[in-house]
Amino acid sequence: MSNAESELKPQLLTRHEEIAPGVFVIGFKRQHDFKPGQAIKLGIDQEQPPRIYSICSGANDDELSVLFNIKEDGFLTPKLAELSAGDTVFASAPYGTFLGTNDPAWWIATGTGIAPFRSMVRSGMTRSKTLVHGVRHLNQFYFQDDLAAALGDSYHRCCSAEQADGVYAGRVTAFLAGQPQLPQDVRYYICGQATMAVEVRDLLIAKGIPFGNIVTEIYF
Amino acid sequence: MEQNKTALFGKTLAELQALVAEYKLPKFTAKQIADWLYCKEVASIDEMTNLSKKAREILNERHTFGLIDPIETKVSTDGTKKYLFPTEHDQFIETAMIPFNDRKTVCVSSQVGCKMGCLFCMTGKQGFQGQLSAGEIVNQIRNIPERDGITNIVYMGMGEPFDNLDEVLKSVEILTSEWGFAMSPRRITVSSIGIIPGLVRFLNECEAHLAISLHTPFHEERQQLMPVQIAYPLEQIIEEIRKWDFGGQRRVSFEYIVFGGLNDSPRHVKELVRMLGGIKCRVNLIRFHPIPGTPLHATDEDTLQQFKDALNNKGLLTTIRASRGLDIYAACGLLSTKAQAKRA
Repeated sequence: MSNAESELKPQLLTRHEEIAPGVFVIGFKRQHDFKPGQAIKLGIDQEQPPRIYSICSGANDDELSVLFNIKEDGFLTPKLAELSAGDTVFASAPYGTFLGTNDPAWWIATGTGIAPFRSMVRSGMTRSKTLVHGVRHLNQFYFQDDLAAALGDSYHRCCSAEQADGVYAGRVTAFLAGQPQLPQDVRYYICGQATMAVEVRDLLIAKGIPFGNIVTEIYF
Repeated sequence: MEQNKTALFGKTLAELQALVAEYKLPKFTAKQIADWLYCKEVASIDEMTNLSKKAREILNERHTFGLIDPIETKVSTDGTKKYLFPTEHDQFIETAMIPFNDRKTVCVSSQVGCKMGCLFCMTGKQGFQGQLSAGEIVNQIRNIPERDGITNIVYMGMGEPFDNLDEVLKSVEILTSEWGFAMSPRRITVSSIGIIPGLVRFLNECEAHLAISLHTPFHEERQQLMPVQIAYPLEQIIEEIRKWDFGGQRRVSFEYIVFGGLNDSPRHVKELVRMLGGIKCRVNLIRFHPIPGTPLHATDEDTLQQFKDALNNKGLLTTIRASRGLDIYAACGLLSTKAQAKRA
């Protein structure tokens, strides 16, 4: 995408839903084809710099939606949270190269970093995929019903502050460190905040995964 | 109640004018305070002797002067020094002072840690702990023993400057304004991995030199080395830079850490020449300084020289940056306060 193509255009919100405390899915009519894993630039007007959000809807869904949580010191998310369906946001065309494929892969996410993988799942890219999702609290496993239905036993939930049946008690890094053997010849996709992403990447490299097989998307 | 006071050091003249208006002090007080903060060798509000007693009392009630002393200094065998500064929020940053011939360059940090997660960078390994204020940035220059002899300032320490652009721009304003340190912006270089909205704003609002961390001209490789490539691809960064005139006094340079067997091939030379063709710029080749657990390694000296020569022969001005302060982990990519962050 060229800089010109990143121009923000007004979009009417068709969805504005708080799916967990302080966590929202907002969406508008899909205007462009996109590849699962891509993101959009999103703003509340055309003056303030937009922020980047991964798309969490499927490539064939009528609605293009994103997932975000309110950042208390953030500029945009508190304002986005106050909007309603029918309000206008400003969005770019989808872009980015954190792209899912039909090849075997491990997907590793924390928090709202699950968004691009949910898009991949909704777009049918579920064959030979392993998804590891780490959160602090049990109510942060966003889209878990969709993901469990699509991925079955290959969907691993890790929770660091609460415990539940079927949920690994601990951080994503501990879960991965405890894996006796990780496949060396598949791609590993990491999405989330910087500290986790870097720790996971280092851990994978220490376990012998070639760094060329690791694709990292950091939320900043 | 010291913790409720805010620092004066780091405030711009406009911010000081707003303060004195709020405190109903004479307008000229703002300029006087700026003079004490940035032009004189004092470290307390009480030493601002041309301010009225009332003004000093008001300022002392609400503010600290705001200088923060380094708590540790390491000295390299090559003369480079590395300073460890605490921050207002009980975190730590590092600053390097690099003497070389008749120059003294200070490499300042703009954040505590970094969000960018570059594969080759020690700071990236510690994650992100917080933003620095303009005062904390300028303090790294004002509050080291070499402050009077500093010739150049580079924003190449911990953090991504364009991810903290408000404070970075304020700090450059303080360094370059007549009421501040009155340095030429041509002695200041801000280095970024290329967050495009920040890049555009920086080029519009600041006259300092720009350095872009390039490291490979190929998308897939850069994405592996620098996750930011997914959000802000190099192609878009170059497209933006082409809109600006770097033929005058402001310079743009491209930083290129050379990794053995990864980005040091004739293919890379060819693509760099194509990509940067027509831009008046310099390419700075940097030796890679291995960090723990890295899958990357440095290129050998022969290959490094050949790579430099190949770029120069194709018309791309290219130099090799001397590695300084290696023995105290002050060299490029090695700054980190991860250990202190864990202890805090």
